[in-house]
Amino acid sequence: MFSFKPDRSQYPAAGEDGKLEIDLETGKYLKLWQGPNHPGITGNMSVELTVCGDEVVKGTTHVGYLHRGFEKLMERRTFIQVFPIVCRVCVPEPDFNEYCYAAAVEDLAGIEVPEYADWMRTLILEMGRFNSYMMFLGGIGGALGLGITGQWMTYLRDIMLDRFEELTGARIYHMFILPGGVRGHLPEGFEGRMEEVLDTAERYLADIDRVMFSNSVFKTRTQGVGYIDPALFEPYGVTGPNARAGGVAKDLRKDSPYLVYDQLDFDVVTHTDSDIWARSNVRRQDVQVSIDLIRQILRKMPKTGPAMAKIPNVLHWKIPRGETYIRGECSRGEYGYYLVSDGSGYPRRINVRGPSYTHAMALLEHMIPGTNISDVAALMVSLHTYPPEIER
Amino acid sequence: MRDIHARLKQRHHLGQFERQRPGLAFFTVPREYLRGLLLDLRDKEGFSHLVLLTAVDWMEEGLFQLTYMLNNRAEDVTFGIRVMLDRDEAEGDSIHDLWPTAETYQRELKEMFGINFPGSPRIDDEFILEGWTDLPPYRRDFDSLAYSQQTYAERPGRVTHDPREHMKQKLYPDGV
Repeated sequence: MFSFKPDRSQYPAAGEDGKLEIDLETGKYLKLWQGPNHPGITGNMSVELTVCGDEVVKGTTHVGYLHRGFEKLMERRTFIQVFPIVCRVCVPEPDFNEYCYAAAVEDLAGIEVPEYADWMRTLILEMGRFNSYMMFLGGIGGALGLGITGQWMTYLRDIMLDRFEELTGARIYHMFILPGGVRGHLPEGFEGRMEEVLDTAERYLADIDRVMFSNSVFKTRTQGVGYIDPALFEPYGVTGPNARAGGVAKDLRKDSPYLVYDQLDFDVVTHTDSDIWARSNVRRQDVQVSIDLIRQILRKMPKTGPAMAKIPNVLHWKIPRGETYIRGECSRGEYGYYLVSDGSGYPRRINVRGPSYTHAMALLEHMIPGTNISDVAALMVSLHTYPPEIER
Repeated sequence: MRDIHARLKQRHHLGQFERQRPGLAFFTVPREYLRGLLLDLRDKEGFSHLVLLTAVDWMEEGLFQLTYMLNNRAEDVTFGIRVMLDRDEAEGDSIHDLWPTAETYQRELKEMFGINFPGSPRIDDEFILEGWTDLPPYRRDFDSLAYSQQTYAERPGRVTHDPREHMKQKLYPDGV
């Protein structure tokens, strides 16, 4: 097993403030920017690398390229006006924002959501998780030179987007889960068309197992590389598949069941190696869990019932003073919304807790020293980060 | 939940226990007792996961509220711990040595709210904004509309229509 213990005695000395003293004039070190526009970067962020030869001695994450001030925008809008904004915080998996925001409003307002809406929300979240994993599997292949996996996964995501479009009317930002429930019911024949998508996905994923996970180049470049010591999980706020790949079965769907997860049968996927391979593998297995969950939900959910609870006139809706925190297990870890109401018609404060906030900042910066330049892309992608969650 | 609060209440001068729902409660602690409380919760009570650290601006009352959200996974309990700070001398105590990831939260709070955390690594480094000289933008008294109007020019050619009149004109140009 590869040991992640770089020889730090060769690194530049640290000053009193803990910062490395890097003198570029010596010619020993070079600054290299990976991103913000680079195939080996996850979205609109960049990593400022200081390299010595081809070894990275320091990495600093820079975000802000996509800052739109969402949290500030939300404070100036009524509670119902916030609902179409929240999904835009995260492009690949927007539905978690809708669910967490809606559930937070319902918690403070004391609204009971109909059972049908809970099942629909769970379905939507699992469909979103599937899509997010498609982007991951394509991305990790791309970061290591396997172009074809990205094309296959984009196709699978696309046919799942067809189901989203059929169900919600939109492909990317669905705006389907809103405070009080969901916007509609399942279209007729939806189950059959979804089954076709899931069958196709399983066929392609079997190919992914052969082409990517059995590929010797992929194995060599991921096994033993990018190891995260499980002792770092709590200090660095590591959640989701990144923690599960290190043997910690953290999954809010099991640990703290929400919606209808307590009525569904599934196992939490774990691995023990905590390297890039393990994180990729956990996500690959988790796709199968999502596929099984979608089938279970469509089989078990009620066929009819109200999709929305009765809510007050949204134009004059005042939420009682209070604060709450709602969380769920998204494809990258713990996603949460902290909502504070001062009793007026506008939120006093909304804070979005995205898993990328901890994974792409402190954790990535801690892990980068000692890696080879060529491994940085795979390391970053393996943490599965989406920058808009950081700079919302 | 309530028993943990009762155990720690006297030693750390905790405020009233406010249960939001099963598994989630909020309470206030004076700033000088925060560190001891966090250590007790982390090391003795199993609250090892720092979920988030953020601020709420209670401008009308002259206060900032820091919220430290801690979670105990085994018990499925989350505490929201509030620390109230004077808005005019906004300064908190750094906890980066307890959770290294707190460094990022504190850097963001310095930039967005102007709350300082002396001793926190890279606290003065830019986080999201570059070359920002105005009021910290997430403070309630920062007017984003006024800022936009002062900073950016009005885009020429933009016309605002009254929707009712515009559609009427479009659908019935002859006024029929």
